[in-house]
Amino acid sequence: MIGNIKILIRQGKQYIPDPTKAEVPGVFRGVPEITHDKVDENALIDFCPTGAIRSNPLTLDLGRCAFCGECARAFPNKIKFSKDYRMATNDRKGLIIHEGALKAITPDPALVRKEIAGFFKGSLKLRQVSAGGDNSNELELNACGNVNFDMSRFGIEFVASPRHADGIVITGPITENMSKPLELCYDAIPDPKVIILAGTDAISGGLFDDSPAVNRTFLDRHPVDLYVPGNPIHPLTFINGILDLIKKRA
Amino acid sequence: MSQYINIANNGTIALQAIPVLKYDDFLELNTGLVRKEVNHCAHYFGFTHNEKLKLICCIANDSNASICVSSSEISARSAQTYPSFTANHLSFHVFERVLHENFGLKFSDHPWLKPVRYPSDRADKNSVIGNYPFYQIESEELHEVGVGPIHAGIIEPGHFRFICNGEQILHLEIQLGYQHRGIEQLFLSKHKLLQRTLLAESIAGDNVAGHTTAFVNLWENLCGYTAPPDLHFSRTIAIELERLAMHTGGLSAICTDIGYQLGSAVFGRLRTPLINFFQEWCGNRLAKGLIRPGYNPFDFTKSLAVRLEELFQEYESDFDQMWKEFHTLPSALARLEKTGVISHDVALSLGAVGISARGTGLMRDIRTTHPHGLYNEFSPISIIKHHGDVYSRTKIRHDEIVQTLYYLRKIIHKIPPEITTRAPLLHPQPETFGISLTEGWRGEICHCAITDEKGELYQYRIKDPSMHNWLTVAMAVRNNEISDFPISNKSFDLSYCGHDL
Repeated sequence: MIGNIKILIRQGKQYIPDPTKAEVPGVFRGVPEITHDKVDENALIDFCPTGAIRSNPLTLDLGRCAFCGECARAFPNKIKFSKDYRMATNDRKGLIIHEGALKAITPDPALVRKEIAGFFKGSLKLRQVSAGGDNSNELELNACGNVNFDMSRFGIEFVASPRHADGIVITGPITENMSKPLELCYDAIPDPKVIILAGTDAISGGLFDDSPAVNRTFLDRHPVDLYVPGNPIHPLTFINGILDLIKKRA
Repeated sequence: MSQYINIANNGTIALQAIPVLKYDDFLELNTGLVRKEVNHCAHYFGFTHNEKLKLICCIANDSNASICVSSSEISARSAQTYPSFTANHLSFHVFERVLHENFGLKFSDHPWLKPVRYPSDRADKNSVIGNYPFYQIESEELHEVGVGPIHAGIIEPGHFRFICNGEQILHLEIQLGYQHRGIEQLFLSKHKLLQRTLLAESIAGDNVAGHTTAFVNLWENLCGYTAPPDLHFSRTIAIELERLAMHTGGLSAICTDIGYQLGSAVFGRLRTPLINFFQEWCGNRLAKGLIRPGYNPFDFTKSLAVRLEELFQEYESDFDQMWKEFHTLPSALARLEKTGVISHDVALSLGAVGISARGTGLMRDIRTTHPHGLYNEFSPISIIKHHGDVYSRTKIRHDEIVQTLYYLRKIIHKIPPEITTRAPLLHPQPETFGISLTEGWRGEICHCAITDEKGELYQYRIKDPSMHNWLTVAMAVRNNEISDFPISNKSFDLSYCGHDL
């Protein structure tokens, strides 16, 4: 008992005081900027391993980007990753970066469904389903709830049963073998419910999108409320994305 | 002619140089080799080649750092049945199940011929994931408990089917395959090297450094490229830091599973600065983007070494204090000791590797038995425990954390000279077989590659340590209370996606 108390005193306060204003240490690949610098566009497009960079006009899709940062190494004057971790949005098109000055990515208030703002403003319980996720996004989602990020202070928590959940967080490209369990889990969540896609693989399939072992038809049938890019997602990207989603309504 | 060819870890040989045996001789050779404890199956796989099914078996000898590679060719899609390796030695069971599932290879005496991953090109399309042939026991006394594929926490999917007598587990069967993404095929269909490197980073996203190092070492050797010291330096630090971070996280999860809140919170928060260091180094908390074939995108600088040294200082005192408290808490130890026991003999017969093997006194550690890169220089000493229970596997994590801190402190300041011009990575040699083993935090990772006559990648085969170890989880929980399953499972901490690929 005394040992426990000693540890508690020594550890003190470990939480990040305000996760909406925290800075990430070191190098971080957050929202990128595409400058007007002239480069061989075809070489740049061909260089991207996931096909996230497209031409006419030149764009970078954060929903496809693996955040490997190799384009910024090869074309340092053309593509620059900022440390801005706020990049979750409810608009799929909002993840597509165009040439020009760095722009913040946030959910579009006009697209937030009425019931989300109405029901979930103070509390959102989520069920996580890994459908071919490589356990990196899963580790980071777990980290959202640790004593450092402490997401539950905002009433946002992961729960064990879909019956207790207000929504589902999907990781992974959605494998054929998980497509049915995913559908069953989603069906078991009472209405109204949200769908959040966490990580590049979930948003676009990433490198797995053309694999015969992947079946993404679930996303054709159900609306997505939030896209959280990253490979894996950073806990701050996830927490801020959800806060922006449930607190924002025009 | 010799029956097999010996190569070293990270070796390559002409495909032609691998002796092709008659199936019966092939079986006798390889099952004979693994009868000795120093030998174990590193990988065994097949592929269709010139309308035949070519089988390649790699048996690692842990006493002389060599790998015996042999092969056999049998006619694919024939009605003929073959005697199985598994009937002689259980450690081959999963590899032969894959052969059966992918190619329809029929075995006369395989004791456990169950589906593995349900790939889209499986031989038997009637075999579907919703209809797995579970082992059943007819009895009025017994009941079944099904768990998954979706579990209560944020973890990957897999189905666990228990047969229980009251609270006691008589039998557990683990059905996997839900995470199957077809990643081995994607290695062939994605032609850019960067794509393949990113795939290697995604094999198991909790073991990025281990798998990516196996890939880049293998690729560089196929290309005849000698990696300069700075590359091996970064890779070794990354593998060891990953071990440190994942073991710390593992201790946190073990505390969670026995309901010890303080341990869960403190070990959990101690992992944060370790993975944040990865971000400071390479921009990603799980080391994605750090390891690349033939170059080093993020040099390990002197200032990073100083930073890491400071971080270890802070980590160590907090960690020691928490460990001492946890380790002297009778109510915690009571949950760990004699729970989830796996004996040395069972671990050996199932071909266990990594922590799962070392917890039972079985010496399996690539860092010491098949060292590569920097491991040759600081020759680590493997940590072995003997009780085979949750406690042994927990204590190994602790001891390896202490040991890794010691090794890392020894090497992080010996930064190799900066390299300004690098030799280009050439095209892989044609018709070559290559193998690369690394010791990830879970255990032995093995990647094998074969190139075609133009030097294009023709086969890429991955083995995560979880392939060997999942069956040990099922055996370890027999006769345990079902309520002890979570803690037993966590003490092995196996990968679903690494198994399902």
